[in-house]
Amino acid sequence: MSDGPAHAVQHHTPPTGFIRKYVFSLDHKVIGLQYYGLALVAVFIGMALSWLMRIHLVWPNAPIPGLQLLSKTGAPGGVMTPEYYLSLLTMHGTLMVFFVLTNAPFAAFGNYFLPIQIGAEDMAFPRFNMMSFWTTFLAFCILVLAFFVPDGPPIAGWTAYAPLSAVGSDAGPGEGLGQTLWGLSIFVFCIASLLGSLNFIATTLDLRTKGMTLSRMPISTWAWFITSCISLLAFAVLLPACLLLILDRLAGTSFFIPAGLVVSDHLQPHSGGSPLLWQHLFWFFGHPEVYIAILPAMGIVSHVLINSMRRPLLSHKVIIYCMMGIGFLSYMVWGHHMFVSGMNPFSSLVFSFPTLMITIPATIMTLIWMGSLYGSKLRITAASLFALGFLSMFVSGGVSGFFLAQPSIDIYLHATYFVVGHFHMVMGVAAIFGVFAGTYFWFPKMTGHMMNQSLGRLHFWLTFIGTYCIFMPFHYLGLAGNVRRYSAFVDDFLVPLIPVHRFITIAALLTGAAQLIFLYNLIHSRFRGAPAPANPWECTSLEWTMPSPPPFDNFGGKHPVVYHDPYQYGVKSSTGDYLMQDSPEQAGA
Amino acid sequence: MATTIQPPEIEQTETPLDGGKSGGGGLPGSGPMDPKLRAVDDPSPEPSRTGIWVGLAAITMSFAAFTSALVVRQSTANDWRHLRIPSIVFVNTLVLLASGATLEVARRRVAAFVRSKVGRRSVPLFWLWATLLLGLVFVAGQYGAWFELRAQGLYLATNPNSSFFYVLTAMHALHVLGGLGGLARVIYKLSTPVLTLRRSTMDATSYYWHFMGILWLYLLWVVWMKL
Repeated sequence: MSDGPAHAVQHHTPPTGFIRKYVFSLDHKVIGLQYYGLALVAVFIGMALSWLMRIHLVWPNAPIPGLQLLSKTGAPGGVMTPEYYLSLLTMHGTLMVFFVLTNAPFAAFGNYFLPIQIGAEDMAFPRFNMMSFWTTFLAFCILVLAFFVPDGPPIAGWTAYAPLSAVGSDAGPGEGLGQTLWGLSIFVFCIASLLGSLNFIATTLDLRTKGMTLSRMPISTWAWFITSCISLLAFAVLLPACLLLILDRLAGTSFFIPAGLVVSDHLQPHSGGSPLLWQHLFWFFGHPEVYIAILPAMGIVSHVLINSMRRPLLSHKVIIYCMMGIGFLSYMVWGHHMFVSGMNPFSSLVFSFPTLMITIPATIMTLIWMGSLYGSKLRITAASLFALGFLSMFVSGGVSGFFLAQPSIDIYLHATYFVVGHFHMVMGVAAIFGVFAGTYFWFPKMTGHMMNQSLGRLHFWLTFIGTYCIFMPFHYLGLAGNVRRYSAFVDDFLVPLIPVHRFITIAALLTGAAQLIFLYNLIHSRFRGAPAPANPWECTSLEWTMPSPPPFDNFGGKHPVVYHDPYQYGVKSSTGDYLMQDSPEQAGA
Repeated sequence: MATTIQPPEIEQTETPLDGGKSGGGGLPGSGPMDPKLRAVDDPSPEPSRTGIWVGLAAITMSFAAFTSALVVRQSTANDWRHLRIPSIVFVNTLVLLASGATLEVARRRVAAFVRSKVGRRSVPLFWLWATLLLGLVFVAGQYGAWFELRAQGLYLATNPNSSFFYVLTAMHALHVLGGLGGLARVIYKLSTPVLTLRRSTMDATSYYWHFMGILWLYLLWVVWMKL
């Protein structure tokens, strides 16, 4: 990476044809947008599934018009069967966790902005990058295909607990071909994620421009980098797990299926497998996956908040160390998902301890964000509102984690809506708020058009209030003993809780509808939005040094030279109260 | 792989990677130097040098997961029957180790050739072809080992030990085939009229290949061990 002829400046020349430019593109920016588009499709499918589930929960006998078209056997006359409810639950979870929460904050924004923020013209391995997107797309197609196979999508949940996920169609509708497609899809997704993570790590380590030391990288870049390290090691474990699951299903092996198992009156022809083994392998991936979703959101939110506060965080380094600490600890806590799975009780204690420890870096980060906000003159934009919303969700959702981290309390709460409320707030909504913050913040750079701020604020308030209305009552329901994964509540002790569910369903429908405002804003602004200047938010990092949208080779064949830490705000300079990272000017006091 | 067509003349810039600091990031706190200087003395590392270690880390993790599954599976139920490792496997092991040796010779010859332009390409090419051939013999030999197992009536689903044997050998063989693809690419790049092979590509391929050898010794121990 230098200007001399010896080092080729560009990894590839600008493509001319449509296919090379927009479909099989090697350009990290196009690939980032492709990831974003895929996540957008996935999130709307996933949200529609949650609507169907919520409607069925409170009006179990009401036919949903058109549902019978999706599955004749799963929803005869538009009324879904309990099994089909589980199918939708599985598909909702899988789509959201893998194709939205992994793709949007990490792969989409990371692909687009990580190379630019470190001053590179592309990723280290553009071909791997293209392959990782199209492999992800293939995984998505395989998963969605499960909707259209004869007995429908799998019913084993996004965690696909063995042995029911391993024994085949005896375990219920969708456990035949549908579950095999699920396994295959996740297997392919793992390969894609591994390629992507490898690329992120090599890019961050090798392609930083002159002056861009590790400590000068923006927090968002740090977050993507740490996430890629987590992702590399986590997906490398899920991959073999999926392979073994597929072999149990298709080749008759007995990795996860115990001897003497009778399912649907059939003795399963397996011996000696360990169902707990699947849970261990799955959650060894599964818990780091939570941080794969949330860490990039933390990075994006920090980046946006600093820009809106016009001053750096109380400590740049501590935030980064905390993210590293979270990433490291995330590998030691997987057992807290298995407190009720029949582990040795001593193991529960062992897993409880690091789980509580992980709250320490999380709390430090929260205190740094809060402390930095205190007394700052925050610029209220849609992006900064969503960044604040992230903090709110992260704290509200995180606090219930203290309860669940303790085995004695978790045994009561584990199978209830308390857990559903907890992980939706802290992992789902918080990460999505990070994505919204990133979208409102970077949309002008990505498209060259400004988004409508008023609609953005409206979108924020509706979403913010809406998500609290949906997910806070879940905690109450859980404490009242409302079990999760049921498709209807007919037991005596659950009937009085149905009005709460009705409230949640209405909130979910309205909050979902509010997302159409976002979609409208996104599409309308893309074509009709006011033209965006190069640096509309007066931000300091390198992505704002170039025109909006950035040219093909990012820096026009040159390499920026970085002179400053990433967040030179609140200084006196010729540009105002900030200094760009590539400005040679020295800041006044 | 993101490789660019680069003339080999720049190879001398590769040696000192500014003390392990990558990206030409410079020292923390120090002001950047004159950008013009970079053309001369900024030795940006080749991403493939980092990428290969990252990739090997992921592969290590995957096989660690297989190992933990094997250990758990072996100790949870009493249906584990130790299989006798087919004798051809030991021949294969020797073949793979020999391929590591031939590749190491090839790597040194390539480095010498690229650095000084002395000698003929045919010398390193010979050793590369030898490695490729030995690699193919190894994969074929592993396939032969499967036949030996089948002759004993041991199939994929017969017994947990045979399951793991088939899975681990197949996964390892797939990775070896990937390495053979890498070797073929090195041979191609060394054979083109204008030399397009970079030392980093050669090095990355050989690290990968040696890793496959070490991994195989480890896997052999794993399927052999009795807990």
